[in-house]
Amino acid sequence: MLPQAAVNLAYLVAAVLFILDLKWMSHPRTAVRGNRAGAIGMLIAVLATLMGPEWSSYGGEGIGWDMILIGLAIGSLIGAFAALKIKMTSMPELVGLFNGFGGMASVLVAAAAIVAAMATDFSTLQPDDARITQMLVATVLSALIGSVTLFGSYVAFGKLAEFLAVKWKLHPWQKAIKYGFILLILGTAGWYALQRASADQLDVYAILVVASAVLMSVVLLAKSDTLPWLNALKLASLLGAIALGIVVVNQARAIDPNLFTTTGGAVLLQDQGPFWALVAVAGLLGVCLTFSIGGADMPVVIALLNSYSGIAAAATGFVINNNALIISGALVGASGIILTNIMCKAMNRSLLNVIFARLGPSADTPDADEVYKNVKSTSADEIAMMLETCERVVIVPGYGMAVAQAQHAVRDFANLIHEKYGCQVEYAVHPVAGRMPGHMNVLLAEANVPYDQLKEMDETNSTIEQADMALVVGANDVVNPVARTDPNSAIAGMPIIDVDRARTVVVIKRSLSPGFAGIPNPLFAMDNTLMFFNDGKDAFVEIIEAVKES
Amino acid sequence: MELLIMLLTVFVLAIYVGFEVITKVPPTLHTPLMSGSNAISGITIIGALLAAGMLGQDYPMAAKVLGTVALVFATINVVGGFLVTDRMLRMFRKR
Repeated sequence: MLPQAAVNLAYLVAAVLFILDLKWMSHPRTAVRGNRAGAIGMLIAVLATLMGPEWSSYGGEGIGWDMILIGLAIGSLIGAFAALKIKMTSMPELVGLFNGFGGMASVLVAAAAIVAAMATDFSTLQPDDARITQMLVATVLSALIGSVTLFGSYVAFGKLAEFLAVKWKLHPWQKAIKYGFILLILGTAGWYALQRASADQLDVYAILVVASAVLMSVVLLAKSDTLPWLNALKLASLLGAIALGIVVVNQARAIDPNLFTTTGGAVLLQDQGPFWALVAVAGLLGVCLTFSIGGADMPVVIALLNSYSGIAAAATGFVINNNALIISGALVGASGIILTNIMCKAMNRSLLNVIFARLGPSADTPDADEVYKNVKSTSADEIAMMLETCERVVIVPGYGMAVAQAQHAVRDFANLIHEKYGCQVEYAVHPVAGRMPGHMNVLLAEANVPYDQLKEMDETNSTIEQADMALVVGANDVVNPVARTDPNSAIAGMPIIDVDRARTVVVIKRSLSPGFAGIPNPLFAMDNTLMFFNDGKDAFVEIIEAVKES
Repeated sequence: MELLIMLLTVFVLAIYVGFEVITKVPPTLHTPLMSGSNAISGITIIGALLAAGMLGQDYPMAAKVLGTVALVFATINVVGGFLVTDRMLRMFRKR
């Protein structure tokens, strides 16, 4: 067994390794090493905890290895399986889910702390002892943020996997998750209420748990994400969660001071009821906050939930007085906040606007038929012919490329025109292209596109006038010139990739349907634009054939 | 109270370190940054280990069960998070 000082030093080493992890993420060359440093830091923290002195509290006799080994084994198996099997296109779903698991762990650790505290001998503490207040405040924050993260992430996952707030028919696995989850929360709430009823404690807190579960189910069953009362529910559950948090913290003060001196084994919390009501109402808040978020705002939400999962971990650190948790949680919280901010700037919207308002066409949005009356469509052969004289081609990928799994075909195409015509190819990636920050870059990296060909928006925009062809695949709103020209448009002021300034623009798209913003895109009807109506992958396969034959 | 102030100091300073370090991560690596930082937030595993493995007649069974479930989820986060980040970052490096 190590002394507490040694354990704390080990936590410090772990924290330094986490900082190095993030520092080395600043370049692809060092990032692999960084990630491994982080993993080693985590291993050190776990080993130090297992060898620490805390196991002798509660009059304990060592470590209960059975539960630890079971937990580690199950978690490692599921985690490794998910990490190695997941497709790169499904990365947003996986990250969303992992955020939720982090939130779940924070809620449960806080709950375990509350349950354990009820059985602890607090005879050495005074009822107004600052340690009690700190622990309770931290527990409340940990449970609140953790629960919002958990349920918010589930909704984000459900929207990314397209089984929540949709009208179409679901696959059996989607139905299993959607209805299974609803049955799980209703079942848990019902079981809890029965427990309380049999203990003669069926009070307002138990009713709040059931009511939250029912309201969550109603929202999760909805087939559209524009529920008119959702904003009201957001505010109500936010206020409710805060009120319940205050109730939990104040419980310590309500304890009869005599308990502390007379009984020895005094009780910190007489009742867990308000705590579980807090978890339930915060969960409802998480569901409401995420449910109305549209597809275009998904990257913001994923980044925000990422931030929450870190802050929840930090709050758990305050519950168990642990620096390692506080430092790591703060790092992750900061990372998520920065990403959220970058995503919001890339859409020229505020965070409040993302959470409470919806992107949509305004009343004076021009009619699509009017905008699109001069659209010219083209063919693979014509594109191949134009490519013969191109020296510089800019490819602009969007979510459509991910849906069509076209990244490999795009890479083959780029290699071919480079070899055959000596074309210089670069990829211009908008910060909010795809469903999470950096989504397009991961897909292109998977297809072996060299890192130095991946350009940021500003870099491309400064040289786009020299591009002979801009090839837009599956992107729409992020190349809509209306953002620059029409101050009343839904996307006014959003930075875009200025493909309209390239010599020719080819847009590969299945139809003229609008993007997430729901507004027509005049780019498609410009004189120098040609539309190639096709699936992203098929389009590139056909163009490759045509180039080879020419 | 002193303990709380010390913990708060650590928290605030760590946030500043986080801001400094993370603003230097290029947009290209934002997805691995998210999955990697997510793995780091799995540090709750420490709290889960303590809650799941604690023995002693004063330690309630309910806390042990809650701790074990927390341990499963935190471990998924840690193992899955670091592995998937490694998988992604190796794609960026190879060529």
